[in-house]
Amino acid sequence: MIKKFRFLLIAALAALPLASAQDLTGAGASFPFPLYSTMFDAYNQETGIQVNYQSIGSGGGQRQLLEQTIDFGGSDAPMTDEALADAPASEALGGPNPILHIPAALAAVVPTYNLPGIDQPVRFSGEVLASIYLGEITEWDDERLVELNPDIELPSLPISATYRSDGSGTTSIFVDYLAKVSDRWAEEVSTGPQTSISWPTGFGARGNEGVSGLVSQIPGSLGYVSHEYAVANDLGVGTMLNASGNFVEPTLEAVALAADVDLPEDMRATFTNTDNPDGYPIAGFTWVLVYQDQEYGGRSKEQAQLTVDTIRWMITEGQRFNNDLNYAEVVGGAQEGGLRLLDSITYGGEELD
Amino acid sequence: MNRITGTDGVATGAGSPGGGRPLERRGGKGFAAGDNIFLGVLVIIGALILVVAGAYLVVLYQRGELALSTFGLGFLVSSDWNPVRGEFGALPFLVGTLLTSLGALILAVPLALASALFVTEYAPRWLAGPVSYLVELLAAIPSVVYGMWGIFVLVPFVRQIHLALLTTPGIGELAFIRTPPSGLGLFTAILILTVMIIPFTASVARDVITLVPAEQREAAYALGATKWEVLRTAVLPYARAGIMGGVILSLGRALGETMAVTMVIGNRTDLPDGLFAPTATMASIIANEFAEAVGNLHVSSLMLIGLVLFLLSIVINLLARWLIGRLAPRSVA
Repeated sequence: MIKKFRFLLIAALAALPLASAQDLTGAGASFPFPLYSTMFDAYNQETGIQVNYQSIGSGGGQRQLLEQTIDFGGSDAPMTDEALADAPASEALGGPNPILHIPAALAAVVPTYNLPGIDQPVRFSGEVLASIYLGEITEWDDERLVELNPDIELPSLPISATYRSDGSGTTSIFVDYLAKVSDRWAEEVSTGPQTSISWPTGFGARGNEGVSGLVSQIPGSLGYVSHEYAVANDLGVGTMLNASGNFVEPTLEAVALAADVDLPEDMRATFTNTDNPDGYPIAGFTWVLVYQDQEYGGRSKEQAQLTVDTIRWMITEGQRFNNDLNYAEVVGGAQEGGLRLLDSITYGGEELD
Repeated sequence: MNRITGTDGVATGAGSPGGGRPLERRGGKGFAAGDNIFLGVLVIIGALILVVAGAYLVVLYQRGELALSTFGLGFLVSSDWNPVRGEFGALPFLVGTLLTSLGALILAVPLALASALFVTEYAPRWLAGPVSYLVELLAAIPSVVYGMWGIFVLVPFVRQIHLALLTTPGIGELAFIRTPPSGLGLFTAILILTVMIIPFTASVARDVITLVPAEQREAAYALGATKWEVLRTAVLPYARAGIMGGVILSLGRALGETMAVTMVIGNRTDLPDGLFAPTATMASIIANEFAEAVGNLHVSSLMLIGLVLFLLSIVINLLARWLIGRLAPRSVA
C-alpha cells in the first residue's frame, strides 16, 4: 500500500516538469475561444510552442491579468479607465504599466427573429432596435417597422424581446451600438460597451444557444446573437440600415469594412455604427490584452519575447483562420495599429525584438 | 449482550469482554498506537471540513467587503441592480430564491409523501421497486438536462397555461397573472425545481416510513383503525422527524439550484410582478454575471450575494435541526 503511494508521489512529481512545458498561458473571453484554440493548435504544429488559453470570460481575463498570473488576457470589451487604474505599476517605466489592447478578430452581432411565413430578411434600423428594447415598439406591424419593410407583410404579433442574461461580449457590442444610435438609450440604459446591463424590457437567456433557443420557440420573438453562431446554426437574420443609409447584410466583407475607419492610437475603441458606406454597423473587436512592460510576476525575458512573438503571429499569419470560423479578419489600419502597439513592448525598460 | 457502543469509536473490538468503559479495554500497545493514528486521521479530516467551510465564509466576506461597505445592509433591501451605473441591491434575488424554493417545496412535499406512502404501504412488491427506483433516478439527472427539458417541454406548456388563464374571464384580469405570456418565469422555475427536489423528500420519507416499528401499526390495527387511520395516527407521526429531514434536504437543493433555474426563469433583475413574471435568483445572477463582471463593485456585489446565500443556507439548516429535534418521537408509546 505504502509502496503504491510512493509510486504515485513519484509519478506526481515527474508530471510537474510536464506542466511547465505549457509555454504561454492566456485567459479571458469565451467568444474568440474557438478561433484562438484553432490558432494555437496550428502555432504549436509550426513552432512547437504550446499556448494554453482558458475561456473564463472577459472579466476573468482582465482580473487575472491585473493579478499578473497570466501572459496575456482576452477581452471582448475594452478595459475601463477605472479597471486600468488598478494595474500594478512598473519599476522600469517608473509609473503605471499600461495594458495594451491588440485587436485579434472582428465580431459581428446580428438580429435574429421568429416570424412564421416570412422568408426574406427583415430590415432593421438602429433606432427601431433601440425602441424595441426600450419597450416603445411592441408589435411587429408598428409603422416604423412597416416603413423599413414595404415589401414584407409584417404580422400583427407582439414582439417578445430576448437578451443575453450572462455578461457577454455580444451584449457589449450590441448595447454600444444602441447607445450610439439612440439618445434615450444612452441616457437611460447604457453608455458604451458594457457586458451586463439592466434591460428595460424582455427576457434573458443564457448564451447564444439560449437566446436562439428562445427565439426559435416563441413566435414573434426577437433576439441578438453573434454572427458566427447565427451562420453555424442557420438562423434567420435581419439586414441592418447603416449610418450611410445603406441596408447591409452581415457578410464577412461588410464586417471587415466596418473596422476600416479612423481608430485611436491605443485601439481601445469601438466602431459600431461605422461610417464606412458598406460597413455592417453592429461589429466590434475582440482584443488580446498584454502589459506594455513585460517584466512582472517573475517572468523571464525569453517568456516576454515569446509572448510578443505569439501575439504578432496571431494578428498576421494567424488571421488566415478567421474567415473559416466566421470571424472577420483584422486588416488595414487596425492591424497596423496592433503591430505598432506590439513594437512598443519592453522588458524591464529594454526593447524586445 | 456485550455489544460495545463506545462513543469514542476507538476502542471497539480491541478489548476483552466484560464491564468497564470501552477505552479502558485496550489490547496490546500496537493496537493502541494504531488506534491513535486512526483517531488523529479522523480528527484531521473532520476538522478539514470545518476549515473549508470557514475558508468559504472568510473569502466570500473579504471579496464582498467592498460592496458591504458601499451599500451597507441596504444591499439586502434595495431592488436596484444596474451594473452600468454601479448600483447593486440583492432584494430581487433574495425574493426570487425564497419564492422559487418555497413554492417548489409546497408542490413537492405532498407529491413526495404520496409517492413514499404508495411505495411502502400500497404498491404490490413488483411495482414498489421500479417506482422507487425511478423516483430516485430523478435525483441523478444533471440539472442542465432538466434545463433543456424545461426550455423545450415545460416552457411551451406553461405558455399555453398562461395564455389560457389570461383569456379566462374573471381570472385574466387579476394583476398577478397579467404579464406577457412567454412561458419563462417564476412559475416555470418553481415547476422545474419541484421535479428536481421530489426524490430527496421521497426517498428519505420512504426509508423512515419503512423503519416505523411493526408494533406501532399492529397496535393501531388492534384498536380497529382502518389503513388510512393507521397511517395518519401511527405511521406518519412516528416518521415526521425523519420526513422533515428529507424536506430540509430538498430545500437545500432548491435554494442552491443554479443551472436549470437560470435556463427557465427569464433572468430579469427586477422583483417579479406576477406569478408568471421573469425574475432571477441569487444562484442564477451569480452564474449569469460573474464570468464577465469587470467592475470591482460588480464582482464584490456578486460575492456578497454568494455570502448571503451561504448564510441563508446555514440559517435554514439550523432551523431545520431545531425543528427535527422538536418533532422527534420522545418515546415509543
